[in-house]
Amino acid sequence: MELSGGHILVQCLKDEGVEFVFGYPGGSVLHIYDAIFHQDEVKHILVRHEQAAAHAADAYARATGKPGVVLVTSGPGATNAVTGIATAYMDSIPMVIISGQVPSPVIGSDAFQEVDTVGITRPCVKHNFLVKDVNDLAETMKKAFYVATTGRPGPVLVDVPKDMTDPNIKVPYKYPKKISMRSYNPVVTGHKGQIKRAVEMLLTAQRPMIYSGGGVILGEAHKELTELTQLLGYPITNTLMGLGGYPATDKQFVGMLGMHGTYEANMAMHESDVILAVGARFDDRVTGKLAEFCPYAKIIHIDVDPASISKTVKVDVPIVGDVKPVLEQMLELIKDSKIKPSKSALDSWWQLIQSWRDVHCLEYDRNSKVIKPQYVVEQLYQVTHGEAYVTSDVGQHQMYAAQYYHFDKPRRWINSGGLGTMGFGLPAAIGVKLAFPEANVACITGEASIQMCIQELSTALQYHAPVKIINLNNRYMGMVRQWQEFSYESRYSQSYMDTIPDFVKLAEAYGHVGMLIEKPEDVRGALEHAFALKDRTVFLDFITDRTENVYPMIEAGKGHHDMKLRVAPGTPVDRELS
Amino acid sequence: MRHIISILIENESGALSRVAGLFSARGYNIESLTVAPTEDPSLSRMTLVTSGSDEIIEQITKQLNKLIDVVKLIDLAESAHIERELMLVKIKTSHDTREEVKRMVDIFRGKIIDVTANSYVVEMTGQSSKLDAFIHGFEEGSIIEVVRSGPTGISRGEKGLHL
Ligand SMILES: Cc1cc2nc3c(=O)[nH]c(=O)nc-3n(C[C@H](O)[C@H](O)[C@H](O)COP(=O)(O)OP(=O)(O)OC[C@H]3O[C@@H](n4cnc5c(N)ncnc54)[C@H](O)[C@@H]3O)c2cc1C
Ligand SMILES: Cc1ncc(C[n+]2csc(CCOP(=O)(O)OP(=O)(O)O)c2C)c(N)n1
Ligand SMILES: [Mg+2]
Repeated sequence: MELSGGHILVQCLKDEGVEFVFGYPGGSVLHIYDAIFHQDEVKHILVRHEQAAAHAADAYARATGKPGVVLVTSGPGATNAVTGIATAYMDSIPMVIISGQVPSPVIGSDAFQEVDTVGITRPCVKHNFLVKDVNDLAETMKKAFYVATTGRPGPVLVDVPKDMTDPNIKVPYKYPKKISMRSYNPVVTGHKGQIKRAVEMLLTAQRPMIYSGGGVILGEAHKELTELTQLLGYPITNTLMGLGGYPATDKQFVGMLGMHGTYEANMAMHESDVILAVGARFDDRVTGKLAEFCPYAKIIHIDVDPASISKTVKVDVPIVGDVKPVLEQMLELIKDSKIKPSKSALDSWWQLIQSWRDVHCLEYDRNSKVIKPQYVVEQLYQVTHGEAYVTSDVGQHQMYAAQYYHFDKPRRWINSGGLGTMGFGLPAAIGVKLAFPEANVACITGEASIQMCIQELSTALQYHAPVKIINLNNRYMGMVRQWQEFSYESRYSQSYMDTIPDFVKLAEAYGHVGMLIEKPEDVRGALEHAFALKDRTVFLDFITDRTENVYPMIEAGKGHHDMKLRVAPGTPVDRELS
Repeated sequence: MRHIISILIENESGALSRVAGLFSARGYNIESLTVAPTEDPSLSRMTLVTSGSDEIIEQITKQLNKLIDVVKLIDLAESAHIERELMLVKIKTSHDTREEVKRMVDIFRGKIIDVTANSYVVEMTGQSSKLDAFIHGFEEGSIIEVVRSGPTGISRGEKGLHL
């Protein structure tokens, strides 16, 4: 089969089983768009800004486990996509980005809409390619998908000069079935000896903790993790990226850890003597002050990326490998082992954890006359029976979502953790809804974040992706305001916006339903009404308490045991309404 | 501690900038970097001199290995190895100093490869410390120009770094 470059690209996507391409056209990709026009197998989703194309593709990948695909033009198309590419990179999300480039003969001449896309994206992609010969196009695409989806996943960009897609130049097309690269061979199985050591250490622990992260979701190992945790009877905590890797409603789950983690999760980490870290990368939001991180613990770390191991925290038993097979290997050894976890040690450990749980660190004022953001998330959880896909933006609302929506399944919680990109939520919700048209998809956002990609309301209408936007409108960049309250004596420098649009009218202008909710007693009904409108995008503008803060909080430079709580431990909390 | 890292990398256009970019993005120290083709035209050899604590060097080698274009690398500091650097130096001479300079060059086993009425160009290879010592042997002002290649190295013994 002889094809021109544009058709080759589209054919590669078909052969790769790609369902959606999120993109935006422009001069250098017109040949490719013409090839797209000639078929309908690969569906193109026209976003309203290239950043959103990347976020939607990224979220599609997070929800499905399949790589997201993006198509943008050269110059501004590529630079607009950079924020979205960096977002995916920081959270290790598999994605392939095809960017147009000026024709190869004029590269380097400051041609119209020329930027050095390979150079600009180099630090925020797993790898990138510049195609120099149309005969290499198919193989390069295969490599891109292979690199993006294996090992530690990540975005891979393929920069395609316009002459590579010239409709007059046709070359034989064959999509490689398999590819191997001498310079890239990700490790899969773990070192047997290390795994044995790890299991012994785990089984003889007195105060064990399991700390799991995004790697469990990425590596599809939630079943193995759950089995191992329940077999051992140990407490488990998840990072923000790891939520859903272990059922949040299970009694062994002590909540998220880190800066806005629960009191019990952080205290348990602090007092633990053996920590099993699974697909988590000891991020600074998790560790707090490194010198005070887990002072009594020996640490076992399973990670597919050797560079994640002992990067910030020195570990005692490193295991390089894919979580799933490594956990399987561990499970086998645990089942066969003569050593069993000490029941008495475990009992007193759980007692201690119970005393931390009794602090009820997530309690908040349920008698409030203004809407509490936590209450909205709790109600959303109930109305959707905990089964919704929840995307979020970045800020306080993101933390409330993580704390009060209990994820029992992986891939349901879709947020930007590593880069913390405001503007992620809405395009992400669209990407997820396209993947799962029957599912409930909610975007928990704030009045500042939502305005960073608000134009995507238009995309949601065009492609019939009815999502529910839960705007926790506190009339502040709440997260920034909170830091300013705590660390800058409440000098609220530029964390307030003077003119906030009428979101109801805005939603209506885009062809959607808008709702304004101002009283706590209206929250439940509004949510029920919105979700009953199955085929409409609904913008729910909840006017929430302006002064609410996210607790617990470990302030910068503090250790896990040094948490700021809403109510000091020991103070009785009014729990009548709960 | 000082480490010499020897890298086999795909001979692709962006390969050098990936390595250089990694060092600047992560704030690693880079003292010198040399790149040249190998007997296999699809591969380049990079020799990189860096320094840092054991933890930093461990991260550097892991991050380098993580670059998709890097095929293999070794930290030469981990075993017995030979290190050489090439230097070309232009030295001011006069009727009175020519003999003295020539003697210095001989002591250091260098070669005079260009001569004018008032200057020599000296070629010298050796460990970087030897080249430093040679330079320090001259008075300030008598050296017109120094051009150094940066060190390169190879491990001792029969094993080599190849595919
Ligand atoms: C406002 C804000 C507040 C935040 N507060 C918190 C907080 O309180 N608590 C918190 O936890 N986070 C918080 N974060 C998120 C934080 O910044 C990090 O993104 C997050 O902690 C990283 O999660 P992780 O360690 O699970 O790593 P991820 O970024 O999910 O990385 C996954 C790790 O698993 C490895 N891996 C991937 N695939 C596999 C596989 N198949 N097998 C084995 N290993 C694999 C990777 O190499 C990597 O090391 C916050 C973010 C924001 C924006
Ligand atoms: C693109 C981008 N710019 C700036 C920030 C810094 N930042 C983090 S949270 C936040 C405020 C978010 O406000 P809002 O969306 O209203 O959420 P809230 O905290 O009020 O819930 C800002 C500005 C960011 N994370 N992303
Ligand atoms: Mg806000």
